[in-house]
Amino acid sequence: MNIPHLLQQLHGGEARGVARAISLVEDQLPGAEQLLAGLDRQRIEKVLILGLTGPPGAGKSTLTGELVGVLRRQDIRVGIIAIDPSSPISGGALLGDRIRMMQHALDPDVVIRSMATRGRLGGLCGSAGAAARIMAASGCRVVILETVGIGQSEMDIVRLADLTALVLAPGFGDDIQAMKAGILEVADLLVVNKADQAGARRLQLDMGTVFSDPGDREDRICATVASEGAGIETLMERIFFFEQLYRQDGRLQERRRRSFTLETLDWATEMVKARLQEKMKTPRFECVEPRQAALELVRGLVNEKVNYKKI
Amino acid sequence: MKKYRVLIGKPGLDGHDRGAKFIARALRDAGFEVIYTGIRRTPDEIAAAAIHEDVAAVGLSSMSGGHVRLFPAVVDALSRAGASDIPVLGGGIIPAEDVPAMIEAGIRQIFTPGTKVETIIAAFTEACAQQHGQRE
Ligand SMILES: Nc1nc2c(ncn2[C@@H]2O[C@H](COP(=O)(O)OP(=O)(O)O)[C@@H](O)[C@H]2O)c(=O)[nH]1
Ligand SMILES: [Mg+2]
Repeated sequence: MNIPHLLQQLHGGEARGVARAISLVEDQLPGAEQLLAGLDRQRIEKVLILGLTGPPGAGKSTLTGELVGVLRRQDIRVGIIAIDPSSPISGGALLGDRIRMMQHALDPDVVIRSMATRGRLGGLCGSAGAAARIMAASGCRVVILETVGIGQSEMDIVRLADLTALVLAPGFGDDIQAMKAGILEVADLLVVNKADQAGARRLQLDMGTVFSDPGDREDRICATVASEGAGIETLMERIFFFEQLYRQDGRLQERRRRSFTLETLDWATEMVKARLQEKMKTPRFECVEPRQAALELVRGLVNEKVNYKKI
Repeated sequence: MKKYRVLIGKPGLDGHDRGAKFIARALRDAGFEVIYTGIRRTPDEIAAAAIHEDVAAVGLSSMSGGHVRLFPAVVDALSRAGASDIPVLGGGIIPAEDVPAMIEAGIRQIFTPGTKVETIIAAFTEACAQQHGQRE
């Protein structure tokens, strides 16, 4: 792969260059580091990585499509990374989030990429983070990261975002009650979508109890009807408001540092895991217990000279 | 195994997506990452999505005769977008006498109603492997 050429293509905003660059990283092919190191840092600095998470069916993809509409009317180039789980049995995945965003399919300034978790909810962070920066380097001012979030492990991906909106809808009662306690740890904004449906008002009031400050209750909860495009502009204004705030008070920079650590650890784990699997092709039955065998294995690994070309 | 990404789409106006969904699921169950774009897509939309998603192959489904015009139109759209290296395969209710013209128009392979799922999966695997082989 000709990395300088690929960099030139993607910095010029060419769809194919952007797409190939993301695959290079996602498939961990040679040249990935060189590519990532060559990305335009100023653009990465400026991008807003917006996490949208919530239970399946809450309306995240529809909402994403509408937010993109608002951004495009302001002539802002935007990227979308839509993440869905791989099947644990076959390793395959059916990725259908795009269906709800097809109104933007022919817009050259909307970059949409579907991504499967590939059975490594951890290992995904590195790929998704890199994809977001590739999109940023291609000129996207906003990158939306859509993930299904109900459990703890999925929330790891959310930590890649500068700002996260949790998307809820009436009728997801149990999911929501279960996550209520941890909401403020992951979400900066709460979106009560499907505000056209019965129960939306109650859900909004219920969510209000998450915030102790009445001002937060006002600012951080938004009602939307994504399928009709209602409430979207207000939501986008709030998002930009908090982005400004977080840039000024340093929270955004702090989150970037945190996601740097997360991604680094994630890549390292991926690399070590591959090497461990390689070494386990010759099983270590001289140890009677797996834990003991693992210790031997790790000792061996630490003493090894790392061949970077192989990773 | 290498992860292959494919796009399954339905160009044209008919809304019968059972065939497309069936193949999408079968490919997923065979380990593919399948980007499904839904019904009523234009050839240009399918080509743009294929490029953005960096798929190694595109699968099209047609149930109502639109294939004669629409399958070649997708091949054409890909080519205009600079992605003639992405192979297009097609299936659905396609009379045998239409097949030669489709192949002539650049469709890599056509599956008629009798084709076994295993055959289709094998064809996608081969098409993807070949496409990846061409990537430098
Ligand atoms: N009534 C209503 N339906 C909606 C709204 N937003 C999305 N939907 C529908 O909810 C379903 C799931 O939406 P989707 O965006 O795919 O949800 P996701 O799984 O969270 O990405 C679709 O049928 C949408 O049309 C809304 O505000 N009101
Ligand atoms: Mg979705």
